[in-house]
Amino acid sequence: MVTKTELKHLAKLAKLHLGDEKEVEKFTHDISRILEFVGQLQEVDTKSVQPTFQVTGLQNVMRNDEIEVSGKEAELLECSVFSIENNSLKIPKIL
Amino acid sequence: MSLVSKSLFELSELFRDGKASSREITDAFITEIENRDKEINSFVTQTFDLAREMADSSDARRANDSLLSPLDGMPMTLKDVVCTKEVRTTASSNILKDFVSPYDATVWKKLKDAGVVLLGKTNTDEFTMGASTQTSAFGVTKNPHDITRVAGGSSGGSAAAVAAHFCAGSIGTDTGGSLRQPAHFCGVTGLKVSYGRVSRWGTIPMASSLDTVGPIAQTAQDCAMILQAIAGQDSKDSTTPPHSVPDYVNEIKQNLSGMKIGLPKEYFENDINKDVLEIIQSSKAILEDLGVTLVDVSLPHIKYAIPAYYIIVPSEISSNMSRYDGIRFGSGKKGEALDDIYFETRNKGFDDEVKRRIMVGIYCLSTGHVDGYYLQAQKVRTLIKQDFDKVFTQVDALLSPVSPTPAFRIGEVLDPIQMYLEDMFTSSANLAGICGISVPVGKTEEAGLPIGAQILGPAFKEERVLRIAHQIQKSIRESR
Repeated sequence: MVTKTELKHLAKLAKLHLGDEKEVEKFTHDISRILEFVGQLQEVDTKSVQPTFQVTGLQNVMRNDEIEVSGKEAELLECSVFSIENNSLKIPKIL
Repeated sequence: MSLVSKSLFELSELFRDGKASSREITDAFITEIENRDKEINSFVTQTFDLAREMADSSDARRANDSLLSPLDGMPMTLKDVVCTKEVRTTASSNILKDFVSPYDATVWKKLKDAGVVLLGKTNTDEFTMGASTQTSAFGVTKNPHDITRVAGGSSGGSAAAVAAHFCAGSIGTDTGGSLRQPAHFCGVTGLKVSYGRVSRWGTIPMASSLDTVGPIAQTAQDCAMILQAIAGQDSKDSTTPPHSVPDYVNEIKQNLSGMKIGLPKEYFENDINKDVLEIIQSSKAILEDLGVTLVDVSLPHIKYAIPAYYIIVPSEISSNMSRYDGIRFGSGKKGEALDDIYFETRNKGFDDEVKRRIMVGIYCLSTGHVDGYYLQAQKVRTLIKQDFDKVFTQVDALLSPVSPTPAFRIGEVLDPIQMYLEDMFTSSANLAGICGISVPVGKTEEAGLPIGAQILGPAFKEERVLRIAHQIQKSIRESR
């Protein structure tokens, strides 16, 4: 269950504007129902169960530390809508 | 029979034997697409010029006796989450609508090296988040068997393109049923590979601990041919184990006699459409005729698969989607401050289902909720995996419906939770990392809508589920 205030906080953390109150209400309603639905998991006894984060069984996958040059700097920079200066993207100041 | 209605296997033979050129086959598919895709909407981007060029190269190789693989010259499509240097990769989202990747996904590179001809990129739910393609920024894909109905999803564009004879095969992804359910809705064959069997490098992720890339085509034999070309370890995807790749195309020829297949009783306790149940019954009879022993088995924790899945998936989504900041790629919006760029880009770029899932994920991972939601879901995942591990010591494979109903009408299912229940029989395979296939076994009596059966097998036993599906298809073909 989430309140409208909590929902607005979630949206802020997600870097999403939700628009007007109607929109906030809709998302509050939907997300509350989803959380209630998935909340049924609380009834499962998992006291002695280890979590499964991945299923491959692979551990510490290593490779040789060899430098490969992709040669794609220009193409990668082109993927952005921002202007390029000194082989970097020019974006607004952070601080 | 026209070229386009032949299977990939048959087309490959015709091409090798010089009975049809790749250009002829490619042009036949292009004509079909031009005639009917306006109605079906299975493509996001078509690449006909490129396809003709690639087909001509294949024909030149055939003339020189230097074919690259059994897939050489075969026209295919890719779900629009597979990155391609040649054309844009959109994930059916506004945020990537003009994005052209500087590199090829491993799966596309492998297919290109095998000589495959690219006809285009197929529609999906936005970032694969859905089961109907209704969340695509490019409109819904219609079911070729009844255009008032959905093709399923998220790989609905691929399934419809195969069903409508627009291509000889396609590549889709399956995170909770996204290859199997649309295959069932459209009457084609979709393979969900074991986690790690096919490299995902360069494929746009949804939930990284569950995502798989796999083939969808007319038959299990076609899927085996495609899998042969794309399976195996990739140094760029650390989740691909060094297991050897079997000779799928040959392995599936073995008969099924002596095999034991389980019927998970919990699956059949659900409210399942009458036609779906009847057709699953008839596939039981086919399997028994093929020498299979059917036994009832139990997967006690399976009812928790959907809630566990819909905690793990949004949690991983909230992390994966944070890369869409509008700066490095995608349709970034300009702004005065950095935060303006983020908010503006993500707000305009994402639709509701993506926003919902990101926020649910953030909630499930936040302090105070992480133990009760995310960690609890990962523990339940262990229990589900143990259920499968145990059951596969008793039987070789499992048989079940793919989804509780045939294809639903466009607009019929809009409620998020009702849509999540579409994955009822499929998502557990992703949680456990095992493989599964959706194989067409019949049609509903009145509307003639296709129905598929799901065969699940242990991890890295793709040859087994392909073999069962192939033998079922062979038997259905021979009884006609």
